[in-house]
Amino acid sequence: MIIAEGKPIKEILAMIDAYDKIIVAGCKGCVTVCSAGGEKEVGILSSALRLARQTQGRSLEIKEVTLERQCDTEYLEPMREYADQYQAILSLACGAGIQFVAEKFRKHPVLPGVNTQFIGVTEEQGVWTERCQSCGNCVLDRTGGICPVARCSKSLFNGPCGGSKGGKCEIDPQVDCGWQLIYERLQELGQLEKLEIVLPVKDWSTSRDGGPRKRIREDLKI
Amino acid sequence: MNNFEPTIVAFCCHFCAYTAADLAGTMRLQYPPNIRIVRIPCTGKVDIRFLLEAFEKGADGVYVAGCLEGDCHYLKGNFRAKKRVALAKRILEDAGIGGERLEMYNMSAAMGPRFAEVAREVTERIRQLGPSPIKRAKSMAHSAKSKEQRAKSK
Repeated sequence: MIIAEGKPIKEILAMIDAYDKIIVAGCKGCVTVCSAGGEKEVGILSSALRLARQTQGRSLEIKEVTLERQCDTEYLEPMREYADQYQAILSLACGAGIQFVAEKFRKHPVLPGVNTQFIGVTEEQGVWTERCQSCGNCVLDRTGGICPVARCSKSLFNGPCGGSKGGKCEIDPQVDCGWQLIYERLQELGQLEKLEIVLPVKDWSTSRDGGPRKRIREDLKI
Repeated sequence: MNNFEPTIVAFCCHFCAYTAADLAGTMRLQYPPNIRIVRIPCTGKVDIRFLLEAFEKGADGVYVAGCLEGDCHYLKGNFRAKKRVALAKRILEDAGIGGERLEMYNMSAAMGPRFAEVAREVTERIRQLGPSPIKRAKSMAHSAKSKEQRAKSK
């Protein structure tokens, strides 16, 4: 899922400074799972913003709402009922959701309450780590299910670099060397011969480098 | 500010802190009447939203009182509370309320005198800090408004 982290309160206060009636919109999708923008975080942030404003002798009226998701048109419609009563929308969804709200609610400034970081997994409660960089051309079948793009700091495609020491990456002693992990996994699977397949120079045009991407399923279009 | 009486909310766990409060009462120990106790089954129930809401509703100080570390009736509730209180303190600091207005304490059910001591300590600390910044801002706005009205009526 998409992992995000709440922005510092001071940064958000600066963003909403011109407004005194806002909607704080959470999302029940990824940001709820990574505890960055769910119902609880909407409540905590709204309280903190109201308190901060009151210490300045100003008021702040907040409509706290948590939508099912912010990346589908149908789920944004419920906001239309009350949106006009508010001056701006502070969204705690991932970057995709925030932008979709901005597209669908054209009269409202839509502000980001979180920094969207990566596609990742829950290693344990409270700890999320990166696994995928959506390069658009998955090679996980040849690397034992471990991604050389996301888990190797240099995104190398054919084995570790000289900085791999004790299974750790040279950039940070707490970061595993992606290729060490791939080696160990293929060994576990008895598929070490897959390492002999040379992965060619990657065509990054399927990744971000090819520009904004689009996917269409004609059979699903109405 | 000499006659400022702080309003303090104490979230007390049923098994230790609340029982300690009860014992303080049975022992006829004196402690300030400023403490408003909220009994919860375990400090692990404390949600950061409760702590912030207490300040929004006008508390000048808040504390969470639970079992001694290692002795939580529900095993680890007080450890969870400790971390949540730590985060809430940072949020209160960023919001301009001040993290020192929120604290976590541990005590056993037998520690009636400790309950009274904590109540005295917190009341005194908050008295020194003064009213919550949201009240100060309100009263400053109010006195600025009445000054303006007096000037107009002259």
